[in-house]
This record gives sequence, C-alpha cells and structure tokens, in this order.
Amino acid sequence: MKRFIQIGWKTLRRPSGYFSLGFLVIGGFVAGVIFWGGFNTALEITNTEEFCISCHEMENNVYEELKATIHFSNRSGVRATCPDCHVPHKWSDKIARKMQASKEVWGMIFGTIDTRDKFVAERRRLAQHEWTRLKSNDSLECRNCHNFEYMDFTEQSERAAVQHSTTLASGEKTCIDCHKGIAHELPDMKGVEGW
Amino acid sequence: MKHLMIKLIIAILFFSTTAIAVENEIATLRDKTKIDQQQEPNTIPKVINKDIKKSRNYPMQPPIIPHTARNYEVNLNNNKCLSCHNRNRTEESQAPMVSVTHFMNRDGNFLAEISPRRYFCNQCHVTQRDTKPLVENTFIDMHSLIKHKNSEE
Repeated sequence: MKRFIQIGWKTLRRPSGYFSLGFLVIGGFVAGVIFWGGFNTALEITNTEEFCISCHEMENNVYEELKATIHFSNRSGVRATCPDCHVPHKWSDKIARKMQASKEVWGMIFGTIDTRDKFVAERRRLAQHEWTRLKSNDSLECRNCHNFEYMDFTEQSERAAVQHSTTLASGEKTCIDCHKGIAHELPDMKGVEGW
Repeated sequence: MKHLMIKLIIAILFFSTTAIAVENEIATLRDKTKIDQQQEPNTIPKVINKDIKKSRNYPMQPPIIPHTARNYEVNLNNNKCLSCHNRNRTEESQAPMVSVTHFMNRDGNFLAEISPRRYFCNQCHVTQRDTKPLVENTFIDMHSLIKHKNSEE
C-alpha cells in the first residue's frame, strides 16, 4: 500500500521519469481538449432558459412575467431567453457574471426568495443590481440584438425617433434609463430617476 | 278534442315565431350567428399610435390616449403614465400634464400628489383602435346642435 502511494507520488512529481515526453505532450493535449470541452459544455448548459427556470423562484416569478411582454411573444417570433439579457456574451465577462451568480445558488439553497412575498419584498434590491449592471456596461445585453447603427428612425414612432436620435445618439442616456421593466414587472419605483 | 288540438298547434306556432323574432333581436352583436356556431373572428385592429390629439366629443370627455400603452404598469408600486404626464415630468417629456382636477380630493382640496381616486388612468383614458364602430353612433356634439339651432332661427 505504502509502495503504491510512493510510486503514485513520484509519478506525479516527475512524470517524465516514467512516461515518454511524446506521450505526456500528446496525452496532455488530449486531456486538455476533453477538459476544456467538458467545461464549456457544462457552462453552456447553465446558460439555457431550461436551466434558469428549473428553480421555481425563476419559473413562478420572473418567467411568468416575461411571457406577456414583447420579448416573449411578438410578430416575428424572435425571442429573448433569460441569458440573452442577463449573461454577457463575451467570455471573460460571462465568467465574471457566472462567479457572481454563485451567490444566487446560495440564495436558492437557503430560500432567500422562495415565496412570492419574499420575492416581492426583495424585488427593488434585485432590480437595482440589474439596472446598475446595464447602466455601467452601456446596456450591452440590449445592444447584442438592438444595434443602434442599424436603427431606422423613420420606422419608429415620432416620439421614439426624437428620443433615440437625441439623448441615445449622444450617449447621454442608455437603453435601461428609459426601458426599465421592459421584460418584467417593476418594483416600487419611488426615488428612481425618471419616475 | 279537435278544437283543443288546433288551439295547441296555434299556440305552438305563435310561441315559436316570437321565439325566432326574439332570437334575431338579441343576436345582433353576434351578427345573427346561431348559438351553436362560431363566427370567424375579425383580425384585431392596431392601436392608434400617431401622438395626435383628437378633439373631445363633449366637454367632460376624458381625453383618449393617442399612443400605445402596452404593458404600462399602473399599480400599487408604479404608474407608468405618470412618468411622463406627472407635473414634475412634463418639462422633460413634453407630454400634457394631468389636469389639476386630478390633484383634488373629494372635498375639493388640492393635494401635492395625484389624488388616489384619480390614480388609475385607464379607468377613464383609453387607447383607440383603427377600426369601424360596431354600432352606429347617433351622438350629436353640443356645438353642432347649437349651430344647427342658430341657423334655423
């Protein structure tokens, strides 16, 4: 038993003493591909709507509210799923967001918002997180689909065209400044700018 | 016995014809479709979104909403309408301000905020759809009535 551990330790410490360099390089490469592929697949699984609404907190509250909005049901049938708006598409940002989201797992385990009443009570704080995130990244997740460069103001209603061609164009305001609550119900908006 | 039979037949005929007549009168909104049948529904007309004020049909008419108001939340937490039409929001939004009467409570005193009894905008103000009226409207505006009367004199 002790000999086995000793051999194992020595192999781990100086693998080139026991395996050929070619084997280690190729083996390491293959193992790396498998590890990376597995990691990414697992990451992508957590990036689907089915995964998000597998928690009843999400399915019974925010997902139900989304169903009535234009981001769920509309004329062209293009729809936004949870990660489209709530997870950045760029890899490094995505990983950062995923690490933050580990706190949500904590909340899930300890039932921070496991009833509707608890959820409504926390709603302002939770919404504020999302508003802050979208404000600081210039509504990046909106812009993944809604590209300002290709907006045709003549196709917009007059009021929309005026606001998009002035304050949005100059960068003074970003999408979330006006479009709060576009996909979910709003919390108590007392004291929020513009309300 | 024979007389009774004839009377019965007459009675049945009489009641059945009145029943048909009544049915026809009631069924106007269903466009005389039989109760066991379903009409092909019309397409849902679009909400008018032109932002152009319509004249009021009578002085006390709540002005209609000339824009879409899909998913506008008006509830305990928020009032989306007021985010443009409130007194302190109109400078930025250039939307018409809610009338001062909406700040009055039932005793006629003016409050700092919208009176709770006027809070739910869409109880009175509604959007309009681009469609033909289902029933003919014979309403005559007071001004046209006065004008008509004056021209007669």
